[in-house]
Amino acid sequence: MSKFEPKIVGFLCRWCAYTGADLAGTSRIKYPPNVNPIRVNCSGRVDPTLVLKALTIGADGVLIAGCHPGDCHYTSGNVKTLRRFKLLQKMLDQFGIERERVRLEWVSASEGERYARIVEQMTEEIRQLGPLGWKAKMEALA
Amino acid sequence: MSKPKVAFNWASSCGGCEIAILELGVKLVDLTKKVDVVFWPAAMDFKYSDLEAMPDKTIDVTFFNGAIQNSENEHIAQLLRKKSKLLVAFGACAYGGGIPALANTTNREGVFKHVYKETSTTDNPQSIYPQTEFKAKEGELTIPEFYNTVKTLDQTVDVDYFVPGCPPVVEQVSRVIDTFVSGNLPPKGSVMGASDKSLCHECKRVKGDRKITKIVRNYETIPDPERCLLEQGVICMGPATRGGCGSICLDANQPCRGCYGPLPNTIDQGAKMLSALASMFDAENEEDIAKFAERVPDPIGTFYRFSLAGSVMRRTKQ
Repeated sequence: MSKFEPKIVGFLCRWCAYTGADLAGTSRIKYPPNVNPIRVNCSGRVDPTLVLKALTIGADGVLIAGCHPGDCHYTSGNVKTLRRFKLLQKMLDQFGIERERVRLEWVSASEGERYARIVEQMTEEIRQLGPLGWKAKMEALA
Repeated sequence: MSKPKVAFNWASSCGGCEIAILELGVKLVDLTKKVDVVFWPAAMDFKYSDLEAMPDKTIDVTFFNGAIQNSENEHIAQLLRKKSKLLVAFGACAYGGGIPALANTTNREGVFKHVYKETSTTDNPQSIYPQTEFKAKEGELTIPEFYNTVKTLDQTVDVDYFVPGCPPVVEQVSRVIDTFVSGNLPPKGSVMGASDKSLCHECKRVKGDRKITKIVRNYETIPDPERCLLEQGVICMGPATRGGCGSICLDANQPCRGCYGPLPNTIDQGAKMLSALASMFDAENEEDIAKFAERVPDPIGTFYRFSLAGSVMRRTKQ
């Protein structure tokens, strides 16, 4: 059997995390190709609806990455993300989604190495958990 | 011209939507001058066989309240769809799942166990649970099959219009019925009998700095009736809920619970509310923010009280 390759949706803020991911690429750092990056202007733009939607239409995990607290291009967008994330985590517990599947990380534009290690770790953790397969699970519970 | 033929049906719901129609009072007498009621099991003596005997598309408008939780609900939804020109999901349960859809946080076994075994007023030492078939001496008895997941009407059959509310307020019911009688209908799929703006838009309370210093449960406080409830720490679903209800809960100094459903162009009322609430937390660091989250004991039950079946996730994993 071939190894399960997790599908992870990454919402990366354009000022820090996306640039950091870019740096990981230009620095030729090796890391798993499992994150499908989506560039957003600010991690604060990541509506919890987007996270839920991603999980229900086939993602095995969601990574939200933004600037370190204090570094937000829009002053406090990332703090709002953190507030939402804490409550979202609690709600995802109720839905039965493992914590490893949805992560919030701070990655600055100079932290290509850090981004690569986060992706590596997250991919491995979700690989251990196995596919989420939300749609199939829902159909089985009609 | 003959009068339009109207039907009302009650699926998985409390019956409050039927009361909402009865609440029309004297207007109900006028209503019967304007329309012919051809099927209304809650108020008059109709049998499903009457419905089955009708030719297809006999009924002009069917107001269907209640969610779809068992095979009977589903069968009648399909039957009424066949017999009706227009089908209206009437009330929060038919629209988003309503209170019955909170059963989507568990499954059939969980519901049965709770209802027939664990509730403190239940004595069931032999652990007898409902079975769909039972062979008695006199013959076989059957009851409808109970589903693991509660569905909205729209997830079951094609729906023409939606009327939110738990229950829809009487002024809106009256307006909706008049719209159908006039024949001047909005585009298919429209939400009728509600505003296109959030409840906050029509709320008369004074809004200030939009910050929450501490979340308080409803029973822990008597809020200031003049000020925004969210700013006083009471979780009010106003920002994520359609207006048009007349803000009756707020006038009674109670927070909005979200029965008028999500706003236009939003697909998930709960996620929107979570977002609105959390961004108001007056906390900057992880530790303080976590304390706020701790004060929301049941996020699903709070944010999706009336919309879990119609939400993005629809149910919990088990």
